[in-house]
Amino acid sequence: MHEKSVAALAAGLASGEFSSVELTRHYLDRIERFDGDLNAFITVTAEQALDQAAVADRDRADGKAGPLTGIPIAHKDILCTEGVRTSCGSRMLDNFVSPFDAAVVARLREAGAVSLGKTNMDEFAMGSSNETSYYGLVRNPWDHSRVPGGSSGGSAAAVAARLAPAATGTDTGGSIRQPAALAGITGIKPTYGRVSRYGMIAFASSLDQAGVLAQSAEDAALLLAAMSGFDERDSTSVDRAVPDYAGGLAEDQREKLRGLRFGLPKEFLDDGLEPGVRVALEEAIKVYESLGVEIVPVTLPNLPLSVPTYYVVAPAECSSNLSRYDGVRFGYRCEDPSDLEDLYKRSRSEGFGDEVKRRIMTGTYVLSAGYYDAYYLKAQKVRQLISADFKNAFSEVDMIIGPTTPGPAFEIGAKTDDPITMYLNDIYTIGANLAGLPAMSVPAGFVDGLPAGIQLVGNYFDEQRLLGVAHGYQQVTHWHTQAPAAYGSE
Amino acid sequence: MPLSSKDVENIAHLARLRFAENEVPAFTDNLSRIIDFVNQLEAAPVGDAPPMAHPLDQPQRLRKDVVTEKDQRAEFQKNAAAIEAGLYLVPRVIE
Repeated sequence: MHEKSVAALAAGLASGEFSSVELTRHYLDRIERFDGDLNAFITVTAEQALDQAAVADRDRADGKAGPLTGIPIAHKDILCTEGVRTSCGSRMLDNFVSPFDAAVVARLREAGAVSLGKTNMDEFAMGSSNETSYYGLVRNPWDHSRVPGGSSGGSAAAVAARLAPAATGTDTGGSIRQPAALAGITGIKPTYGRVSRYGMIAFASSLDQAGVLAQSAEDAALLLAAMSGFDERDSTSVDRAVPDYAGGLAEDQREKLRGLRFGLPKEFLDDGLEPGVRVALEEAIKVYESLGVEIVPVTLPNLPLSVPTYYVVAPAECSSNLSRYDGVRFGYRCEDPSDLEDLYKRSRSEGFGDEVKRRIMTGTYVLSAGYYDAYYLKAQKVRQLISADFKNAFSEVDMIIGPTTPGPAFEIGAKTDDPITMYLNDIYTIGANLAGLPAMSVPAGFVDGLPAGIQLVGNYFDEQRLLGVAHGYQQVTHWHTQAPAAYGSE
Repeated sequence: MPLSSKDVENIAHLARLRFAENEVPAFTDNLSRIIDFVNQLEAAPVGDAPPMAHPLDQPQRLRKDVVTEKDQRAEFQKNAAAIEAGLYLVPRVIE
C-alpha cells in the first residue's frame, strides 16, 4: 500500500479495497519497523491516528468523504497539535502540550486526513541538515551516513521511506525544497500569505510559510488545496480564492506546457553548482524543451546577495520571536533560579541549542543600537532589489527553473563546524522566500545513487501553474516514483 | 571587524542568554564569521530603494476592536512551570 500515491490511496479507500484503519495501521507498523534507524518522528500518535481513521471510515460509510478522507499524513513538529506535544525540535518545548491546533492541522483534519504523528526537524527550523534537533539527527533513507536536509528533514525522510504518504513542512529559507531535493521527493512552498501561519511556531515571520512534502505534484496539490486559504487569525494571510489545485491537474498539461517560457537565471549556474546536479538540471531542461517549453536566459543580478540578506533578516526576526521563551508561561524553566534575570538567562541558555543561540545572538547584534541601519534596514533594501529582479524576470517568462541545491545529500557532520558552509546550502532557495514567491522542488535524477532536485519558481499566487508544470514533467519522467530500495516494496 | 569576547557577553546579556566561560571563544569566533559574511551587504548598490515591509506590499490588516478570544487561562496555564491562584510565579522582584 505504501508504494501508492495519495491519489491512488484515495482511490483504494473509495473502492473499499482497504479501510482507513487498515491503511493507518500499515503506516504505523512501518514507522515501528523502520523509524528506529531514521528518527524521522519525534512523536507518534498511534492511538489518536487509529481513532481518526475510524471516524474517517464512518464518514465514508455515511457518504461524507472527500479526497483526503482517511489518508494518513504526518505533521512537522513546528505545527501546534491540540493535546499533543509540540516540541519544535527543541528542549525548550519538550514539555509543551499545545492547547490548540494550528490552522494547517485543523484544515487537514477537517478534510479527513489522519495524523500519524509529529516529524523531526532542526531546532526551531534553524538548519539545513536536521542535525540541530534536540531529539537527535535524522538519517537520509537513501544513505544512512547522510543528512536528509532540513529543516523539514523528518517530514522528508518519512515520505521518502514511505512511512507516510505525505507530510506538512515549513519553508523559511528552503526548509521544504532543500530536504525534498535531498530525499528524492516533491516539495512545494506556496506564495507568502497563501497558507495561514496561525499555530505555526514562529521563526522569521516575514519569510515563514507552510507547504507540503509528497511523492508527486499531484499529491502535493491535494494537500495544498486543503491547507490554503484566508485566515483572519494570521495578519499576513491573503484573502484570495483558492483554485482547485488537484482538479486543475486533470487538464492536459502537455497542452498547457506548450509555448510556455521558462527563465534560466545565470546566477543559478554559478561555480558552487556541482556537476551531477547541473547534469540533472540540463536533462530536465531537455525534457521541458521536448514538451514545447522555450528556455530563456534571464538574470537576477542581486541574487548572490540573498544569503547574507537572509542571515540578517531571519536572525533579526528570530531574536524577536524567540524572546517569548522566558521560562515563565510555557516551555523549559531552569531549576531554582536565584532571581528573575537568572530565570530568564538560565532557562534560555539551557533550553536552546547552539544554532538557535547563534541566530538569536546574530539577530540581537544586528538590531542593537547603532547597527540597525547598517544591517537590518540595509538588508530590507537589498531584499527589495532581489524582489525587483524576480519581477523583472517574470515580465519576460512564465516560470523560473534552476537547481534546488548545489549538491546531493552531504555526509552527517560534514558542515557542522562552519555555520557559513551550512548556510550556503540554501543559496538557490532563499531568493523565493525573500521575494515571497511560490516555489517547488521536483526529483530530477540521481548523482552517485543520491537524489537530485530541480527547482521551479512561479509568479505570485501561480501555484496552479507551478503544480501543473511539475505534474507535466512527472507524467513523462519516473524520478518521483523511485523509493530507496530498503523501503520499497514488501 | 572581529567581535571581542566582551562584545559577545554584551550581546548575550541583551538576548538574555548566558555562556559558560569555555563556550565564549567558540561563539565569538562563529559570530564574527557570520557578521563578516553579512558585511558583504555594505557594498550593495541599494540607491534609494525603500526597505521591504511586506513581500506583497500588503498593508497590515486591521479588525474591529472587539473581544474575540474566550477566557482559556486555566487551559493555557497547564503549560506553566509554576502558577498560583491563576498567576504565574517568578522569583521575588520586589523586596
